[in-house]
Amino acid sequence: MCLAVPARIVELHNSTATISVEGALREVDVSLINEPRLGDFVLIHAGFAIHRWEQSEIEELEAIRAATDLREAIT
Amino acid sequence: MKTLVQNIEALSQRVGRDVKLMEVCGTHTMAAFRSGLRQLLPGCVHLVSGPGCPVCVTDPSYLDAAIDLCGRPGVIVATFGDLVRVPGTDSSLERERAAGASVRIVYSPSDALILARECPSKQVVFLGVGFETTVPTVAWAIWRAARDDLKNFSVLCAHKTMPRAMDALVRDKAINIDGFICPGHVSVITGAHIYRFICERYRIPCVVSGFEAWDILKSIELLLRQLAEGRAQVENEYSRSVSEHGNAAAQRLMNEVFEPCDTAWRGIGMIEGSGLAIREQYAGFDAVKVLGVQFPKAHVNPLCNCGSVLRGVASPLDCQLFGRPCSPAHPIGPCMVSGEGVCAAYYKYERIAA
Amino acid sequence: MRRDRILLAHGGGGSLTRELIEGSFLTQLGNPLLKPLDDSAMLVMGGKGYAFTTDSYVVKPYVFPGGDIGRLAVCGTTNDLAVMGAQPLWLSLSFILEEGLLLADLQKIVESIRTTVAETGVQIVTGDTKVVERGKCEGLYINTAGLGRLVTPDRLGAANVKPGDAVIINGWIGEHGVAVMSRREGVAFQTSIVSDCAPLWPLVKTILNTGAQIRAMRDPTRGGVAAALCDIARASNVGIRLHEEVLPISREVRGACDLLGLDPLTIANEGKVLVFCRATDVARALAAMKEHPLGREARVIGEVSEKPRGMVLLRTVIGGERIIDMPTGEDLPRIC
Repeated sequence: MCLAVPARIVELHNSTATISVEGALREVDVSLINEPRLGDFVLIHAGFAIHRWEQSEIEELEAIRAATDLREAIT
Repeated sequence: MKTLVQNIEALSQRVGRDVKLMEVCGTHTMAAFRSGLRQLLPGCVHLVSGPGCPVCVTDPSYLDAAIDLCGRPGVIVATFGDLVRVPGTDSSLERERAAGASVRIVYSPSDALILARECPSKQVVFLGVGFETTVPTVAWAIWRAARDDLKNFSVLCAHKTMPRAMDALVRDKAINIDGFICPGHVSVITGAHIYRFICERYRIPCVVSGFEAWDILKSIELLLRQLAEGRAQVENEYSRSVSEHGNAAAQRLMNEVFEPCDTAWRGIGMIEGSGLAIREQYAGFDAVKVLGVQFPKAHVNPLCNCGSVLRGVASPLDCQLFGRPCSPAHPIGPCMVSGEGVCAAYYKYERIAA
Repeated sequence: MRRDRILLAHGGGGSLTRELIEGSFLTQLGNPLLKPLDDSAMLVMGGKGYAFTTDSYVVKPYVFPGGDIGRLAVCGTTNDLAVMGAQPLWLSLSFILEEGLLLADLQKIVESIRTTVAETGVQIVTGDTKVVERGKCEGLYINTAGLGRLVTPDRLGAANVKPGDAVIINGWIGEHGVAVMSRREGVAFQTSIVSDCAPLWPLVKTILNTGAQIRAMRDPTRGGVAAALCDIARASNVGIRLHEEVLPISREVRGACDLLGLDPLTIANEGKVLVFCRATDVARALAAMKEHPLGREARVIGEVSEKPRGMVLLRTVIGGERIIDMPTGEDLPRIC
């Protein structure tokens, strides 16, 4: 019931941030997560960041995608 | 990936009987269909969809009330795109918009708030539908509206929560679930501990799953292993996003603005304590109170089988209306029109495999 | 439920559009020349074959990254001729202008039309201008009709495709739709993606000149690759199978689609062509395409089979299979 997208914080404002999903940028609210930092990966749902990812968690997602042999981009 | 599929095959043989695994979350339903992983499962492992599509379980009278609201002068209905094509008794928000009603599609409850600020002479009503993943975002909008003393913003609340619904499903004798694939993003907010009672009370294993095909297959493997070993525990496959206790800030906001209430789920009926209502101190943002909204009894096509499909006791293919005349272009029930409806999933992704 | 009004989805190029055309237009207006509902009608005049087509352009906003409504109006119509194997020769150009439109803005559009016409080699030979009251259209709408001369004796068309044929596309998909959406008010997202709007005739000519046996071509505009393939599968009564791991979808388009909850396969393209080619001619066709700037990323993305008749399937990266369904017509942002 919940489409949520991993995104990277590229700009921080007060309670909002600009996030990037592979270059697509949007403003989202970051009030629901603790101490967001520039460069953090967050999970976005309905215009809000609901979870902040640690580096190890990002690596886990990347490993899963690699295991699936999913080509992220054919550049 | 191959190892996963092989493990599932081996474990299913160890379990030695047909098993019914319910994925509760509509996003899991869609991920399972879109990735094609269902075809990789052995025949004795049945993946059944549950009522985890908030659009599908919303009572049809809510849609009729929303349709009535958008026809009122001075009211703008703001909604997630998910609700726009859902049929009420004889119309939909899409059709009303075409006929000139003020219906605005928003990506976020915060967009609805911005709309209210930009149109001070209009009453903006946000359609609050969704489970625990979405509720904190709506709570934020109400809390913020209160803080800023906004006079023209309200929410028509139909929010629901998962645990009591899962409990009702287990107690429904017709269903017979062997294991739950638990919602992933709901759990980001609530934490994985909310499913413990299912294991303790009913000895049914639960695995919180992510949304990649790999995650779902891994979760199925974990469930089968529990069944083979006679265990019933909550395991967290989605540990990269889900913790034991969830997002405290989000939960605080939810509890500040909302309180549990009894609510009707389409197809299941009334489930005690499974809904959320706006607390009295935020009554100024409750559309029911502010605008005097009524919920007249809606008329549902008696041949529509959404109710049974949502409980996992019937397949979409069992519904007489499936395909003809009910299809994504001309949906009769919400399970066909919702982005996560299981009928839509069968129709769009698998109707020839049947 | 009442189905008594035109909805936005009726213009989306998906199943509702098809229903409207078949239910309301063909029933009253159908004739053998119209019935195939290909990108252009095939006419015979003076013993020679011609293709004739029309399109209206209502894109909002009318200027977007990578182009504008003027360029689109020339490319869209000439491409509909090109994919039938016809060299675009003559265009009509009709303007519907909104009262209050700045002349300077109109000039920019006309300039854009001029440069695109020069690129394609067509001539605009007739036109019309109307003005409607402020608020009755958004800036301007354009209609163009086009006439082209068939250069190949073989009839190309959606009903022509045979089991065993290969499905080729010339490059990255989803760019035009995403670029336009990013500039739409109320959508509020930014991207570096630009529209792929381009005239396809030069590329098509190269393909036809190889002598490869081409059954059909189609430019996947509204409704995207999904709608185009569903139309062809239905018209030819064949099955089409795509392979997910080779689909040319860039990171940026995927990211934008993830953000908006959309499927790249249903998003409009304006510089892409799907080519259905006899299997033994694939190497020839691909080699020629790759020589051309619009075809450098050309690749085979799937194949045609006898069954399942009338359906399009996707073989997923994990080895499963699912249907690619006809989109209904409106891409709605979703949270579920």
